[in-house]
Amino acid sequence: MLAGGAVVWGLFFAPAEALQGESVRIVFIHVPSAWLGMGGWAGIAIASAMLLIWKHPLAAIAARAIAMPGMVFCAICLATGSIWGRPTWGTWWEWDGRLTSMLVLLFLYAGYIALTQTNARSGGSEKIAAIFGLVGAINIPIINRSVVWWNSLHQPPSITAGKSAMTAEYLIPLLVAVIGFSLLFGAVVLMRMRTLIAEQQIEARLRRRALDDQPVIPSRPLAESV
Amino acid sequence: MRESLDHWPYILGAYGVGVSALIVLVVLSWLAMKRAEKRRDEVKRR
Repeated sequence: MLAGGAVVWGLFFAPAEALQGESVRIVFIHVPSAWLGMGGWAGIAIASAMLLIWKHPLAAIAARAIAMPGMVFCAICLATGSIWGRPTWGTWWEWDGRLTSMLVLLFLYAGYIALTQTNARSGGSEKIAAIFGLVGAINIPIINRSVVWWNSLHQPPSITAGKSAMTAEYLIPLLVAVIGFSLLFGAVVLMRMRTLIAEQQIEARLRRRALDDQPVIPSRPLAESV
Repeated sequence: MRESLDHWPYILGAYGVGVSALIVLVVLSWLAMKRAEKRRDEVKRR
């Protein structure tokens, strides 16, 4: 409801901005998607660390559950940013630091999902995916600082710790959108965790049943052993 | 003279892409969860 309310607020009630004009409305879907795309990988990295250090059984499931919604939010960020760029910058795409590092994040998500699915099918080690999750986290500060480190068409951060360059009429609906989309993200992660747990329970039960159904073959003929 | 660009098709396109992707994500995740839990219950009952 919060996400829906924020979308309606941004689409119909937020005022046009002096420089960006009406296209500022795209910010209310683009910015939460960008934060959740990056936040998703941070979640994968934390879960991967928990798996490697404490071997927590839910850590691998949580990391796998985060990957798909993280990738979808990352893709939404790239798509809406590209659509926003056309009327604002005059181009759909620019190979600058922010856009390129975000595209790299999308490819990292795709690679992580492929790796975890292959592992799940072939019974490979979860540690490899966890190491991939941790190494991929290097990209998160690069995305965050890219507009500061390199010349970029993308504007510098509007919201930093404790201060905002945005006025309340944009900031409040943006924060509502961030909360709403974060709750949606959390709900999808929980749904995917329940799916993965149910799949593991099915597999364990079928394996146990297959073992129980196997005929017991004595090591020596019965006549000999008596 | 340069005509100003109409931003609304871009705004509606961006919201269309974003909202439809999220609806697809939520619906597919929900269906996958229900399917997996139903199958688990069936396997348990057998």
